[in-house]
Amino acid sequence: MLKIDNLSATVANKPILKGLSLTINAGEIHAIMGPNGAGKSTLGYTLGGRPGYEVTGGSVEFDGQDLLALEPHERAAAGLFLGFQYPVEIPGVSFVQFLREAANAQRKVRGEAPLSGGEFLKLAREQAALLRMDMDMLKRPVNVGFSGGEKKRAEMVQMGILGPKLAILDETDSGLDIDALRVCGEGINTIMRRPDKAVLLITHYQRLLDYVQPDFVHVLAGGRIVKTGGPELAHQLEEHGYEAVAA
Amino acid sequence: MSAEPLPTRREEDFRYADLTALAGVWPVAVEAIVVAAGQSAALSVVNTGDAPVARELSVTLAAGAKFALHVLNAGSAYGRIAVRAELGAGAEFTLGAAQLGGGGQVLELITNVSHAAPDAVSRQVVRSVVGGQATANYLGKVHVAPGANGTDGSQSVRAMLLDRTATANARPELEIHADDVKCAHGCAVGELDRNGLFYLQSRGLTPPEAKRLMLQAFIAEAFTGAADEATLQDAALKALGDLL
Repeated sequence: MLKIDNLSATVANKPILKGLSLTINAGEIHAIMGPNGAGKSTLGYTLGGRPGYEVTGGSVEFDGQDLLALEPHERAAAGLFLGFQYPVEIPGVSFVQFLREAANAQRKVRGEAPLSGGEFLKLAREQAALLRMDMDMLKRPVNVGFSGGEKKRAEMVQMGILGPKLAILDETDSGLDIDALRVCGEGINTIMRRPDKAVLLITHYQRLLDYVQPDFVHVLAGGRIVKTGGPELAHQLEEHGYEAVAA
Repeated sequence: MSAEPLPTRREEDFRYADLTALAGVWPVAVEAIVVAAGQSAALSVVNTGDAPVARELSVTLAAGAKFALHVLNAGSAYGRIAVRAELGAGAEFTLGAAQLGGGGQVLELITNVSHAAPDAVSRQVVRSVVGGQATANYLGKVHVAPGANGTDGSQSVRAMLLDRTATANARPELEIHADDVKCAHGCAVGELDRNGLFYLQSRGLTPPEAKRLMLQAFIAEAFTGAADEATLQDAALKALGDLL
């Protein structure tokens, strides 16, 4: 589904990713772990197409398409979802309005009929319930006044509504209390653990992986993948630290 | 009609005006609006045409009178709306305005609100969105006369520049000659939040859709509470669509 080959990227002319390669097949859940400054978030933003993240080498193929040639909204329509570490507040724009327009913009690109107001609300209600989020919160302006945990749950609700093929989740576990962590973990499993979908979890800690069992764990350091293993690798990292394990 | 001379830029209220366009519609007849004691009135001015427009409103509010003025200044040529308001005791003046332009036009709103007697309230909310070579001006004076205690006046003025080539001039002014007054003004000129735009695009909105959504929210406050709010918001949305 996703084939990253020798990807290099800079931020403000500073090289961050230095020849990163990673292949994710449908039905797989991958976790990328690594110390601060390793390039984890840069990887997420580069794949999402954020302005300012300059690709200087390598290629990324997503579902047979050249991902890097697509605009951010085209990547979304192609089935990519980027869960933000710091979801952005948008005053004055309600989640419901934003998500319905976003869902229909994606459907339009894919040649699908738009969702009616009723159809959209039904979908939104189901996904909000899955993440135990009050539907009234989705009538509020996007992320405004939400706690850290509420923002992350709202990200998962968005993922459920938009139904991507591949979700790249950047530190979804940061800022979550234990209960919210479980709810988000279960949400990821319900929405994304399917034969035709895949997930790339970017995280510092093992704890999210207790709920979302990865098939592969990678260690990112110095802008490239330095070690790959199964779920046991995450436990080793937790126990011994990045330096000892990735050395 | 006496030949009233065309103003020059030396006159404060015309400092940023498009005098060439103004010459074509000069002189401007004053439209007088008088609201009697205890009465309420409202007016919406929608300028979305192709011809230059200059209007001058003179509003007189008697004691306890209320007047709500809403302005959508979004024509493709020069658009000037000047409002002079004199507030009697306990009167209430509300102005909500949006100016939207993306060509080379000058859009401007000039207000002169005079609290002549105690306990009057004035609220001004002005939102401008300009792209291309367009200019949006707001020159707003609030004058509080001696003895007009209990005055409550506010000016909230914000402008969004879609391109670095666009211009916004905002000058809220307070002139206070009474002791017991509450006057607030806020003024900001900025650009659309790039993080917000990327966030919306990452969910599938095209760049123009993402901008429209954020700008719609930005100008919405100007029309909140208007009797014909939905009509104004729709007209503003259409103008925004043309702008993007």
